[in-house]
Amino acid sequence: MNQEMIFAGFGGQGVMLMGQILAYAGMMEGQQVSWFPAYGPEMRGGTANCSVIIGDEAVGTPIVTEPQVVVAMNLPSLDKFEPHLAAGGILLINSSLIERPAKRSDVKALLVPCNDIAKELGNPKVANMVMVGAIVAASGVVKIESVLQVLAKKIFKNKPEVMQLNEQAIRRGMACIS
Amino acid sequence: MSEKILMKGNEAIGEAAVVAGCRHYFGYPITPQSELIEYMAKRLPQVDGVFLQAESEVAAINMVYGAASAGCRVMTSSSSPGISLKQEGISYIAGSQLPCVIVNVQRGGPGLGSIQPGQADYFQATKGGGHGDYRNIVLAPNSVQEMADITIEAFDLADKWRNAVMILGDGALGQMMEPVEFKESSSKPVEKSWAATGRRGRAKPNIVNSLYLQPDLMEKHNHVLQEKYAKIQAEETRWEALNTEDAEVIVVAYGITSRIAMTAINKARANGVKVGLFRPISLWPFPSQPLAELAKTAKAFVVFEMSAGQMVEDVRLAVNGAKPVSFHGRTGGMLPTPKELYEKIISVANGEGGK
Repeated sequence: MNQEMIFAGFGGQGVMLMGQILAYAGMMEGQQVSWFPAYGPEMRGGTANCSVIIGDEAVGTPIVTEPQVVVAMNLPSLDKFEPHLAAGGILLINSSLIERPAKRSDVKALLVPCNDIAKELGNPKVANMVMVGAIVAASGVVKIESVLQVLAKKIFKNKPEVMQLNEQAIRRGMACIS
Repeated sequence: MSEKILMKGNEAIGEAAVVAGCRHYFGYPITPQSELIEYMAKRLPQVDGVFLQAESEVAAINMVYGAASAGCRVMTSSSSPGISLKQEGISYIAGSQLPCVIVNVQRGGPGLGSIQPGQADYFQATKGGGHGDYRNIVLAPNSVQEMADITIEAFDLADKWRNAVMILGDGALGQMMEPVEFKESSSKPVEKSWAATGRRGRAKPNIVNSLYLQPDLMEKHNHVLQEKYAKIQAEETRWEALNTEDAEVIVVAYGITSRIAMTAINKARANGVKVGLFRPISLWPFPSQPLAELAKTAKAFVVFEMSAGQMVEDVRLAVNGAKPVSFHGRTGGMLPTPKELYEKIISVANGEGGK
């Protein structure tokens, strides 16, 4: 069974990196993975999204059209991808920036105040890491240990000093999901 | 080297070229292949190679001509409109029998087109593109791993046949990330006795040229080329067949479209439809013979492409009227969905869709 996910937000929120971290973690666990960006003539502040597939089956098309998990970091992303979410799917909403609740009643909507938590931790840049923690806790698609390993070995290989803050952000995100 | 890493298809081609011993790259940036030129800009200086961003695609392909003439393993890359600009140089490379690797990460066309994935350069890649009677070997990967493996193979084939090898990808394969492993490669640049590297005590200088003013000599040269192309057709055809043994419907698709098709095929199989995938990996030489074999057992063929119907012509030539061949394509940078391909498979399986 493969989990198909869409991560969306505006440019600069780190949605592409969120997807890559999850894909990398899945690969480290020996799962089949793919990451595909919606690329275009983009600019800062524009919309960005990526498709990620993780599971035990070979990946056919890397483009996700009916995701089981949608991560919306801003309102346009929620408006765009909520209708495509599979019934019974997981909808993760960045409630710091999105004021409206989910419209769908046949999905599991979870609110994560990413930017507020990041602010509490003293660095607004880790808002995406808060959401990474929430995704892992809500979907179980990869293990948290794998995510931390990816951060330590790949993403922050040359910046070990930021590991602690990012791990804190991830754990705070996990704690939002009960 | 054997650790799996997550890479974009564009980057995987770049690293594979370095593994294959390519130390010369000339190019000009264009979406959706720019990560490749960016990768080479960073990587080639680390291995004492030459990276040069040319002033245009025309300049880049002629630099490839020069480096190949001197016996170097050399590569250029671009996307559809940029590949059109290179066609004159590619024809000269064919005429001069120069080995090189040319990468086309296709986007939507015609014209300046869109920057989303396309497969509408099939005719250009496999039927000529430039002037004169010539063929490039054209290889079409469908995963990031295969982009790496095929790139290494492309350099070997280019040297073996003194021929240009084109890697025909698309924006989706170029942009997507998948695990890729770079194994130790035995691929090495070969000794090229014909290369223009200085006379070195030889009685006659080596000359690399495509100009034959006397028509009889020009024809003789054409015969040499055609004999070579016939041998390539006999020896270098590559394809993959999945679930075709008992298949009544054969889907024919290459590149990213074959991946989308596979998702649709698996769903159709789960619903009891006997359908399989035939995936040409070498688009030239085209795997006509195995398709003709399949026409003996299958009831119908359906071709999926991101074009208005180009490879379908080669499929129809191979099947030669024995069975109906249907087509479904998307154009302009639009990717087909597994759902629409599934529905087409079902309609073909039900005997609809006609020719």
